[in-house]
Amino acid sequence: MAQVMMKDLNKKYDEVHAVKDVNLHIRDKEFVVLVGPSGCGKSTTLRMVAGLEEITAGEITIGDRIVNDLPPKDRDIAMVFQNYALYPHMTVYDNMAFGLKMRKFPKPEIAKRVGDAAEILGIQELLKRKPRQLSGGQRQRVAVGRAIVRHPQVFLFDEPLSNLDAKLRVQMRVELKRLHDRLETTAIYVTHDQVEAMTLGDRVVVMKDGWIQQVGEPLELYGKPANRFVAGFIGSPSMNFVDVTVADASGALWVETAGLRVKVPPALSGRLGAYKSQHVTLGIRPEDLRVASGSDSADYSFDTVVEVVEPLGSEILLDLKAGPNVIVARVEPTVRVKHGDKMRLALHPERVRFFDNKTELAI
Amino acid sequence: MSKARSRVIAGGAGQAAEAARLTAFPRETTTLGIFARLLEDERVLGSLLLLPTVVLLGLFIAYPFVKGVWLSLTSATVGNPGEFVWFGNYVKIWNDSIFQRAAANTFVYTGVATVGKLALGMWLALLLNRHFRGKRLVRASMLLPFIVPTVLSTFAWKWMFDPTFSVLNWSLYHLGFIQTRIGWLTDPTMALGSVILVNIWRGMPFYAITLLAGLQTVNPELHEAAAIDGATGWQRFWRITWPLLLPVTMVVTLFSIIQTFADFQLVYVLTGGGPANATHLFATYAYQIGINTGLLGEGAAVSLAMFPMLFLIVVIQLWYIRRVEGA
Repeated sequence: MAQVMMKDLNKKYDEVHAVKDVNLHIRDKEFVVLVGPSGCGKSTTLRMVAGLEEITAGEITIGDRIVNDLPPKDRDIAMVFQNYALYPHMTVYDNMAFGLKMRKFPKPEIAKRVGDAAEILGIQELLKRKPRQLSGGQRQRVAVGRAIVRHPQVFLFDEPLSNLDAKLRVQMRVELKRLHDRLETTAIYVTHDQVEAMTLGDRVVVMKDGWIQQVGEPLELYGKPANRFVAGFIGSPSMNFVDVTVADASGALWVETAGLRVKVPPALSGRLGAYKSQHVTLGIRPEDLRVASGSDSADYSFDTVVEVVEPLGSEILLDLKAGPNVIVARVEPTVRVKHGDKMRLALHPERVRFFDNKTELAI
Repeated sequence: MSKARSRVIAGGAGQAAEAARLTAFPRETTTLGIFARLLEDERVLGSLLLLPTVVLLGLFIAYPFVKGVWLSLTSATVGNPGEFVWFGNYVKIWNDSIFQRAAANTFVYTGVATVGKLALGMWLALLLNRHFRGKRLVRASMLLPFIVPTVLSTFAWKWMFDPTFSVLNWSLYHLGFIQTRIGWLTDPTMALGSVILVNIWRGMPFYAITLLAGLQTVNPELHEAAAIDGATGWQRFWRITWPLLLPVTMVVTLFSIIQTFADFQLVYVLTGGGPANATHLFATYAYQIGINTGLLGEGAAVSLAMFPMLFLIVVIQLWYIRRVEGA
């Protein structure tokens, strides 16, 4: 059990600056997910914590030890790899026991720990098999088992579910969450899948181009994205962005563009005041749009034309056009529309976000 | 398919007859027709395709082998077919002290050279498996001893081992390591060692390249996992790399043992079996008896003395390959 601190962490390869000034404090027993598109530096960060990559600059502390110069084996961590990295010539038992053997644990203790881990993961009957005789999901469990037998201070997961099929991935996700609740070990988890990030993480770290974009609890990232990238990355289907101009009319602020004109919600009008007659980006999530009814204020609604209808059963995704702007809305499954229909949409005034066009930061 | 069939049915008798005539065509009893029909038979075609290989193997491998066995049972010499002497030649060479020496030499030569080539080849492969600048150039140049025709490179070594002009002696002398010249190939105790050294130099690239190819199939994540699991570099080699590389290592080593055991060129060029027969191997001694001395029967017997050992290695090799493939 330990906290992990990263201070001004940097990683430079010959030409690539992969990780830039990462500062992160992961608390004891916390499950933190690093998420971002490929090449954002999340895996490199994890590998620096593991000791598999040299640290170019900065400092990593695990527990109360600075581990910069410690080899992986002395950092008291365990890692689950994307391709499992099971030793193909060893049985499941030997795979799980390897780390304990290397650390010269007595045999009965090894047997007990491997047995316990196998029981937790439900793989007791696989212990004598070789990795190639296992399915993807079973291999994944063995890889997790190999990590937990050591009772390390920190678990590191490098995209552990990305090789599984969609159904198994959801199942293993739940199991990992349950496992973490049970073991209460600090965990750092890397993924490019924002759903995994949101469901597993106590806190989520969004990265892009080596920089941390935002750190926060899942709903905080969803509700209050710090910038346009986070807003677009978290949530599926992703947030709609429309380039608009801020205008002052009849004593209130409005944002407008061809085919769309809405009032700035009072809570935001103060901050948006500085952007009068400038371009900003309006962001609205598909679920914060609905079919307008008579009671909806005209200030917060606009006309659209239906382009594509995607019925998903529990909901319908509509691709709409408001003037030249493409907008996705998530509506009730009872809505009956077809291509070419005209439709008035209302938006949720408190859920509208605005982003500075230059800095891309939330306004 | 089903559409075509239904059309035939729909088309009635006229079209059906047309179809029958078309399919019946190959059955016409022309010579070409019979030949074509025979080729349709898998057994005939299979045998036919195998024929060139069987002829080549029979002519160049089986016939010389059987002829060799026959020769070894006769007292044939050059220009004289001799008579059948049963195992007389074998009894004779069994008691021949030079043959005994050659047999012992062959085992020492093969044993030491194989271990040397494996150890150095593995070391080289591990080094070359790392990332460094100019990796490809080094990998390519390492193949040089392998590419240069053996006889040419061996002549170069012979020159380096020359008692008077030896660059090795010159260097060692000027560096102050030796006071008198070393007779690399003229001293009976040194000569076998020198020959083994050249064999290692020549055979190592084959090991290194093959093992390197094997190493590249080992997932680097396994090493990272082992490093996190607490294994030292040495433990990672013995516990991960070595067992995963074992199939490749076995095959290379067994091939190399066969090559080394039956080696001829190196010794023939470097020492001719001397000094005082100190470096004879089975192959060179067989050549000396059979060709140089003209005792064809006895030479064949010496040469066939290699057979049991080579046979055993081939059996082990086949057994191992089958086991690995079956696993």
